[in-house]
Amino acid sequence: MTRPDNPQPSFRPPLLRRYSAAHLAARGLTQRRWPRSWRDHDLDSRYDVVIIGAGLHGLATAYYLAANHGITNVAVVDKGYMGGGGSGRNTAILRSNYLTPEGVRFYDRSLRLYEDLAAELNYNVMFSRQGHLTLAHNDGALRTMRWRAEVNKVQGIDSEVIDPRQIKELVPHLDTSTDTRYPILGGLYHPPGGTIRHDAVVWGYARAADHLGVQVHQNTEVTGIDVTDGKVTGVETTRGDIATGTVINCTAGWSTIISEMAGVEMPVTTSPLQAAVTEPVKPFLHTVVVSGTLHVYVSQTDRGELVFGASVDPFTSFSTRGSLAFAEGLAGNVLKLMPALSGMRLLRQWAGLCDMTPDYSPIMGPTGVDGFLVDVGWGTYGFKAGPVAGEAMADTVASGRVPEIIADFGLDRFSSGRLVGEKGAAAVGH
Amino acid sequence: MMQLSCPWCGPRNVNEFHHDGPLHHRPDPTATTVEEWRHYLYIRENPHGVVEERWYHAAGCRKFLVVTRDTRTNTVIPAEGESR
Ligand SMILES: Cc1cc2nc3c(=O)[nH]c(=O)nc-3n(C[C@H](O)[C@H](O)[C@H](O)COP(=O)(O)OP(=O)(O)OC[C@H]3O[C@@H](n4cnc5c(N)ncnc54)[C@H](O)[C@@H]3O)c2cc1C
Ligand SMILES: [Zn+2]
Repeated sequence: MTRPDNPQPSFRPPLLRRYSAAHLAARGLTQRRWPRSWRDHDLDSRYDVVIIGAGLHGLATAYYLAANHGITNVAVVDKGYMGGGGSGRNTAILRSNYLTPEGVRFYDRSLRLYEDLAAELNYNVMFSRQGHLTLAHNDGALRTMRWRAEVNKVQGIDSEVIDPRQIKELVPHLDTSTDTRYPILGGLYHPPGGTIRHDAVVWGYARAADHLGVQVHQNTEVTGIDVTDGKVTGVETTRGDIATGTVINCTAGWSTIISEMAGVEMPVTTSPLQAAVTEPVKPFLHTVVVSGTLHVYVSQTDRGELVFGASVDPFTSFSTRGSLAFAEGLAGNVLKLMPALSGMRLLRQWAGLCDMTPDYSPIMGPTGVDGFLVDVGWGTYGFKAGPVAGEAMADTVASGRVPEIIADFGLDRFSSGRLVGEKGAAAVGH
Repeated sequence: MMQLSCPWCGPRNVNEFHHDGPLHHRPDPTATTVEEWRHYLYIRENPHGVVEERWYHAAGCRKFLVVTRDTRTNTVIPAEGESR
């Protein structure tokens, strides 16, 4: 795509000030109000790029378009509020110990971008590298772990299979006795994994993109996409029509609705995923613990709450209501792993929508409709991929070519039969 | 808990059932094209609204049943003549 030829508006509000320790002290002492982190705008009638969905993926794509390629005449539109989709509802686990070489390479790049993200965005994203441990309760799971560890090591990823004694040292609260229904036979330990403050990541990208001239439009629902002669010409929204030649679908759980507007069929179905959080307690758990067999995972936040998650609800739906069946099942399984937690109280539970694909890998790139790109299929695992997906999608738009790092994740893989099977590493682990 | 009405067993909790998805047609493997077969394998309808779909009463009579459901709210729409 060519560089923007639109003239910049003559009046621009003052740019945001950088956050710093001195800034924090001054604000604290004077009690003056903080400046807003991003601006509201009227909707223009034309943009070079329209990104649908102001979740992590849409905002990261917008940021890298502006920061890496100087493309700033960009609108990010969202039907609700920024981060109101999966990006504000996930359990924020980051890791790169996937099963396929394509997957491992891709997620590793994201982890590297996350390492420097706080400095790059001038925003504290609270990346906590506490390590990630997946438990095996049967021979099949242990075999897949050995396979994963080898694939990981070949790609230079720190990942190894450890035995129950080492597991007990790492997480003393785990029940590693051998007379339980699901004894722990081993685990895949991945020290670089961890958790992050998901809202901070979303807000950090939004603030930095805004700073570079990108417009974020909340409460702006896309209701139609105009396609003429196989080419995108515009987007219809509840706040008016926009002319544009480039549209990126970053709407995760709602992405089939948007793709359908452009006449693109996708192998994606939507299912809710639930999570829950307990009251805060003293820090005792310093590793993310996942059990595929028991469909549960747990981590402790910096504030001391335990965050629990499971696998997706067992049927497709766009409803984000939580269920008692989930809370009951979750509690039972958590107690099998850590009986000492029986006195803990759940504070709340919630659900978000997940865009599931047949091979548990995302779909990124062109679609066959000229100018209509997708960055979807993020299922239960897409938060960790936000930075790399944003970087690669921005690259795709700017250069008109699909960069190598996402070349294996195209929509065409379902007609060529070249699937990227990650179910063994992504079904519960996130 | 959300309930489905099985024609044999009556209203039952949803976790007794297995979700099979929207009704779709399986092409004849001996007479289909590769493109058509892959479409059958991978492309699923993902309706945002009312859908006719198949469920399996796994923890009950073990029969398949067709349910009409609104995927936005999970409201089950009773079939004609069915009392709920
Ligand atoms: C409970 C839960 C736990 C999870 N845990 C993890 C985890 O530990 N690690 C991990 O990596 N991933 C995890 N995920 C997955 C992760 O949250 C998602 O994959 C990721 O947030 C997707 O980001 P996104 O920006 O693509 O989409 P979203 O954040 O869902 O944003 C999509 C946006 O599109 C907007 N939109 C939809 N329709 C329209 C329209 N018509 N017009 C305009 N805007 C529209 C929505 O309002 C929404 O804001 C979890 C998900 C859930 C639900
Ligand atoms: Zn029955």
